[in-house]
Amino acid sequence: MDYFLELFFGGLTRGSIYALIALGYTMVYGIIELINFAHGEIYMIGAFTGLIVAGVLTALGFPEASILVIALICAVIWSASYGYTVEKIGYKPLRGAQRLSPLISAIGMSIFLQNYVMLAQTPDFLPFPALTPQFDFMKPYSAVMNSSELVIVVATIAVCVGLTLFIKYTKLGKAMRATAQNRKMAMLVGVNVDMVISATFVIGSSLAAVGGVLIASHIGQINYFIGFIAGIKAFTAAVLGGIGSIPGAMLGALVLGLTEAFATGYVSSDYEDVFAFCLLVLILIFRPAGIMGKEKTQKV
Amino acid sequence: MSNPVLNVKAVDKDFGGIRALDDVDLVVHQKEIVALIGPNGAGKTTFFNCITGIYAPTSGDVLVDPKATGDPVRVNGKKPNKVTELGMARTFQNIRLFPSMTALENVMIGTHCRTKSAVFGAITRCKATRNEEQAVIDRSYELLKLVGLDQYVNETSANMPYGKQRRLEIARALATDPFLLLLDEPAAGMNPQETHDLEKLIVDLRDRFDIAIMLIEHDMKMVMSMSDRIYVLDYGRMIADGTPREVAENPAVIKAYLGESDDD
Amino acid sequence: MNNTLNETGHQGALRLLLSAGCHSIPHALRKSAMVAAWFAFLTFPILVIKVNTIENTVAWRWENMLAIAVATFFGSYVWRWLLARKEIKRDEAKRESVAERLLTKVQSHPILKLAGLAAIAIPAVLYPQVFDLYQTNIMVSCLVFIVLGLGLNIVVGLAGLLDLGYVAFYAVGAYAYALCNLHWGIGFWTMLPLGAALGTIMGVILGFPVLRLRGDYLAIVTLGFGEIIRLVLENWGDVTKGPSGISNIARPEFFGMKLTIAQSTMYMYYIMLGLLVLTIFCVSRLQHSRIGRAWLALREDEIACQAMGIDKVKTKLLAFALGATWAGMAGVVFAARTTFINPASFTFWESAMILSIVVIGGMGSIRGVIAGAIILILVPEYLREFSEFRMLLFGAIMVMVMVFRPQGLISAKRKIYTYKGTSEAGSGQ
Repeated sequence: MDYFLELFFGGLTRGSIYALIALGYTMVYGIIELINFAHGEIYMIGAFTGLIVAGVLTALGFPEASILVIALICAVIWSASYGYTVEKIGYKPLRGAQRLSPLISAIGMSIFLQNYVMLAQTPDFLPFPALTPQFDFMKPYSAVMNSSELVIVVATIAVCVGLTLFIKYTKLGKAMRATAQNRKMAMLVGVNVDMVISATFVIGSSLAAVGGVLIASHIGQINYFIGFIAGIKAFTAAVLGGIGSIPGAMLGALVLGLTEAFATGYVSSDYEDVFAFCLLVLILIFRPAGIMGKEKTQKV
Repeated sequence: MSNPVLNVKAVDKDFGGIRALDDVDLVVHQKEIVALIGPNGAGKTTFFNCITGIYAPTSGDVLVDPKATGDPVRVNGKKPNKVTELGMARTFQNIRLFPSMTALENVMIGTHCRTKSAVFGAITRCKATRNEEQAVIDRSYELLKLVGLDQYVNETSANMPYGKQRRLEIARALATDPFLLLLDEPAAGMNPQETHDLEKLIVDLRDRFDIAIMLIEHDMKMVMSMSDRIYVLDYGRMIADGTPREVAENPAVIKAYLGESDDD
Repeated sequence: MNNTLNETGHQGALRLLLSAGCHSIPHALRKSAMVAAWFAFLTFPILVIKVNTIENTVAWRWENMLAIAVATFFGSYVWRWLLARKEIKRDEAKRESVAERLLTKVQSHPILKLAGLAAIAIPAVLYPQVFDLYQTNIMVSCLVFIVLGLGLNIVVGLAGLLDLGYVAFYAVGAYAYALCNLHWGIGFWTMLPLGAALGTIMGVILGFPVLRLRGDYLAIVTLGFGEIIRLVLENWGDVTKGPSGISNIARPEFFGMKLTIAQSTMYMYYIMLGLLVLTIFCVSRLQHSRIGRAWLALREDEIACQAMGIDKVKTKLLAFALGATWAGMAGVVFAARTTFINPASFTFWESAMILSIVVIGGMGSIRGVIAGAIILILVPEYLREFSEFRMLLFGAIMVMVMVFRPQGLISAKRKIYTYKGTSEAGSGQ
């Protein structure tokens, strides 16, 4: 039973991180119908920024409790800036171009960002300091769940609730939904579509950054390549839930995280990544609209 | 009377909870020009999509009988390319040409389902392939000439004037060797002179190729003067059919077009 | 706007460069300064700070910030200038560039064409005789990439299907040869057609379920497939020997003779050259055939295509399988050339590299793909000092090409058909 619970909470943690990244994919896809390949890299940059800021703060002798908060804030600021810049350089000039063009541009961005971080920092794994506090009340349960897992799950739930409220009730959130449904119409009724798209990238990138810092602190090491696999898996989660749908991305991430945790726990850990890829291929073939998505009728 | 080439029986089409087509019946005979009219949103294009395989009807039968032998084939649920292979070819309301291809290439695509050469032939370029290719080119050129586009042969279709693009779509559909040509608003966006020329062309095509033609059209003058029979669709239901005169005098049609009176 | 540009000549061009996209030079200066400041801020943590989390030391590299600020200051000028130029030359964008015009001219003249072909063929044949082993080896690897690029070009360039797992078929060919050679001693020449056939079969098997998907989903599914194959190769140790790979794969035999390494490299070069000629021949003929036209049409409008009687799945599958055929063949060559393979040679980077060859060279253009491979493979080989910047540049160039020149370096040439009317018109005049 303990093993089951351990796997369950492990899966919940994974799922939370996937959710934080998947939201960015799904929001961007919802608005401009682009698979933002560089999104995984934004997550990776968030983790690196967190590591660097934490390193500087530690060297300067900041108290431990404040380090996590400052590192998170900095990671969010810089990831959001990267997301904003990537959109301005790589995707904005391509609006209205052939469908393949922005996708290839996104792949180029992804390759560029990975190599940029590799060259500027290091090609090797870097140890990431454990930033999350260890709660005493979690001690009795340490066999099944530790403090950092709790922090991740709670933070993700908070972020998801916040995002849902934001999309539902704020003016910008409404503008986003309008743009997602019909960009031209939104423009005609006075929505600043360029601003909405930028905001989508900024919000998506911020969420990825939160995920990046939290998971890096949980796992304890990062390198320039972590965004690639995490990106694909989060994308799988987004598709699983129905791309374009925000609750779908959360649900899909949860399902994927749990599936992976149990599959590696009970079947084989060698094929950890294969499970996710197989799941991705199967969903796309059999239910491309995902769990929450609606099948779209093509207009002729 | 001879057997119909197209026989549509009790076709329904639902989108989610909305019934776009409701128990629609329609027949087309050989060498007939049939018009399908109705207010905007009546389901005309949906009807075209249902019989050409782009949508599958929710229920009902679409039967085609290219040679009018009385032994029809059921086509609902078949893929669009299979339907075209059987001999129903269409044009689109919002022109769907291949924009970067030349007019000639566009028409050549239409011959695809009537030609055979495959990978082996393409690589070896054997005699059969060469002959077939030349025949395709010549036939496509003739079709372009027929619809009056010979001066645009090597022009990319995106650079052609709007009215000419509509004609190119007709030539492309003709290249598939249809027994029934389906035209979705062929005169949309044309001036009266162009519409008049188009009317002549359509009648001429019917006589030259001995094919049936069915068209969706809003230009009543054109519809009334050229159609053998007219069907009227309103809110997904077939409310009337008959000769142009019968339809023009049908109170249900007048009501559908002019709206309901207040005391109703 | 176009005319004023031409009339004012060089001075106008300079002005345009200095104030591109802005109303005045001070405005442009301000804009560039802001871009520079933004990038200095953006790259600050990653490029300037380097921490050692174990020893708790921090290194500050302020010189990087300066470099970035200067580079982006001038870079933003170039960027805006290119954007403005693209805007002005919008109608001209479809026209051929000077180099392309020259190429077309050469090709349309029979004697010039022969001379041109000879000018390419003679150095190509003499290359290994003139240059040393090292150079020949680099050239062989370049040839392999040209063949791979041309194969992927069928899928991406002609049929418009974005395949990000192309390397999987390359791996299939390589592993098939390695394993068959290891267990049953099957030779290179037997395996070459078998590898191609295996590639085709794999293409059909993988393609069949996924080709119904929309374009961007296809990209991600093929990426997934590529990774699945690599992970299986890595983990299925009993068969594939896992990450340590398979060594001592036989080089191609030459009528039973034992060749020295130098000889066999030279031999390999000629095999690849022959394979390349075969590939160019097949691809160009396919491109200008009934099937090639159907691919092109499918890329532009799937619904119209189906309504014209083209079987969407079958046509796509054909492109996918044919692309895979070349990858399978190239895989056999790769295994025979290096005599050692492991899963590390078949990562996503390889797929990305082949894709950048096709995209940068020019999607759908054979000449473009060849030019792309030569630039992307040979240039980094000769600029060893910059080799670590290779992928960085590839990524950047991919984005730039998509933004400023989506048709690639050399755009695809369209066939002009001769029809009855051509001769009629000719005789009438």
